[in-house]
Amino acid sequence: MTQAPDAPSRPLIHAISLTKRFPVSSGWFRRDRSFAHAVDGVSFQIQRGESFGLVGESGCGKTTTGKLLVRLVDPTEGKIVFDDGEDEPTDIASLSGRSLKSFRRKAQMIFQDPYESMNPRRTIFDTVAEPLKVQKIGGAIERVERVSEMLGMVGLTPPATFLFRYPHELSGGQRQRVAVARALVIEPIFIVADEPTSMLDVSIRTGIMRLMEDLAARLGISYLYITHDLAVARYMCSRIAVMYLGKIVEQGETEEILHNPKHPYTQALLSAVPIPDPSAARPPVKIEGGVSTPIDPPPRCRFYDRCPVADAFCRDSEHPPLEDKGGGRMVACYKA
Amino acid sequence: MSPQRTYSQTQPSLWKARLTLATRSLRQSWTLFLATRIGVIGLAIIAFYALLAAAHPILMMFVWEERVYDPVVGYAFEETRQPAPPSLKHPLGTDPLGRDVLSQLMFSARSEFMLGLLAALVTVSIGTIVGAVSAYFGGVVDAVLMRLADIMIMLPVISVLVVLSALIGVEHFELAIIIGIVSGFGATGVVLKSQALSVVVKPYVEAAKTAGGGHVHVIFVHVVPNLLPLSFLYMMFTVTGAIFSEAVLSFLGLLDVRMSWGLMIHVTESAGYLLQVTEYWWLIFPASLSITLLCSSFYLVGRSLDEVVNPRLRQL
Repeated sequence: MTQAPDAPSRPLIHAISLTKRFPVSSGWFRRDRSFAHAVDGVSFQIQRGESFGLVGESGCGKTTTGKLLVRLVDPTEGKIVFDDGEDEPTDIASLSGRSLKSFRRKAQMIFQDPYESMNPRRTIFDTVAEPLKVQKIGGAIERVERVSEMLGMVGLTPPATFLFRYPHELSGGQRQRVAVARALVIEPIFIVADEPTSMLDVSIRTGIMRLMEDLAARLGISYLYITHDLAVARYMCSRIAVMYLGKIVEQGETEEILHNPKHPYTQALLSAVPIPDPSAARPPVKIEGGVSTPIDPPPRCRFYDRCPVADAFCRDSEHPPLEDKGGGRMVACYKA
Repeated sequence: MSPQRTYSQTQPSLWKARLTLATRSLRQSWTLFLATRIGVIGLAIIAFYALLAAAHPILMMFVWEERVYDPVVGYAFEETRQPAPPSLKHPLGTDPLGRDVLSQLMFSARSEFMLGLLAALVTVSIGTIVGAVSAYFGGVVDAVLMRLADIMIMLPVISVLVVLSALIGVEHFELAIIIGIVSGFGATGVVLKSQALSVVVKPYVEAAKTAGGGHVHVIFVHVVPNLLPLSFLYMMFTVTGAIFSEAVLSFLGLLDVRMSWGLMIHVTESAGYLLQVTEYWWLIFPASLSITLLCSSFYLVGRSLDEVVNPRLRQL
């Protein structure tokens, strides 16, 4: 993957203090009192043609962030400025009706589970042609052509043998290729890829990743690549953001973060990656317990409960702001 | 592969391919259905009554004299005593008013079928849409529809029908619509909603929304098709319920129908023959056995379909 282009003045996606809170208990006559802070004041930019990684463990808000960017979930607060260079920059959160539908031509999502992301009662042709159909692009004949072309492009050849099969007749890798084809068939410029390889066999992961990379280069697509696998992030993304409990704790160039993690959580995450050498030794970073609950968290640093370097100052202060620590590296920690 | 070649290969077969897929899945389901046996028994009974229903107008036209064999106004002049026991001319005898029992039985079969299928169709159309809409939108829509369902489930249907028939006069058609509405907005709707809840959270629904699909698209392309197997099953159960309700109501003399199996028993009862089963068996058995058999046949087919659409119930 090439380096991120030198930050042009106008990024494709600019998320500004994006927040999503889900009400935990809701009744007819009760006011919602508890909230799960799934995404809490997250800001980042995605440049054109860039592959931006979102890394973190389960339940940290990665997927919700991705869904916010394609408007599957409405943000509670914050803005997402989408600027494709053609139309006026718009806030995705404010779109509705026709403008939302035309935005959906430009932004697509690839889902994690290839076994659940396709309607079992519809053929591969129906599945891939669905975006064309709902966007009213082309006639029946043209759709067959475009779907076939797309299936060929994602490596399902010959396409004619796949058109009228059902998802259950395909392997996991083939299904994920179909999912990629569905996302690309209307030629979007931005794709949220939600762990597209995590459910796949290791042997076919690289195939899918290389495919997505190729297509991105050929079609000039930007990705938000969501993953919990640092190796995948390193392969796919020029820049990554590490999330913990709804907050971005560290953000910067992928290689720099992987070689010199500054936030204690990133350090712990990296030290959890197995090294395929039994004699290799490295200092373990100890963090204790599991992820604390995102439901009404205390205002202090989200990582406080598990942090090996936290002290009284961390306990009594607000969650640390995401600060530039030089060279485009942003870290949210008082101790870094 | 060039697009042009793809086009020439697939275009002529676009609809043919879909047809092939449909027949293939139908054949698979049929094989499974045959393997359940109880479904085959049910289907055989249904076929038998369907033949009876179909044969009646033909017999009336070519074989049976209308003033003797008409199920409502006919009279067996040659019999000296009514009700007359079975004879060659009247294989199931005549009723207390001198009408041919076999003719009544066959004539009623047709309206029982129409009643059952219409009620089932109404139930399933309403139930599927209520279930899908309620699960998809949630919130206020769901709350309103589900409270309505509670009311329908609590409604004492028979008593309400007694009142309705006293007020407006209920025939087969009205009865089918009422049963369809009560069941569709009530129990069937609730069951289908619980199924729809597991469909609306599937990623393919999100994928459809991301593609730009609106509410109507998602509900009718993704949610409803995944409910159809279950809807079809409930359709069978509704037929049973509708035929049974009709029998009860017309036995009580509360329906404005010309002839039905329930009415045949009603006539027997009001003429005082109901408790003399051994002596006047032909007045009671044909009608009551038909009600029982047709009800259970649809139920058996339903159970069998349950196994077809629900692989966990299949016997190994």
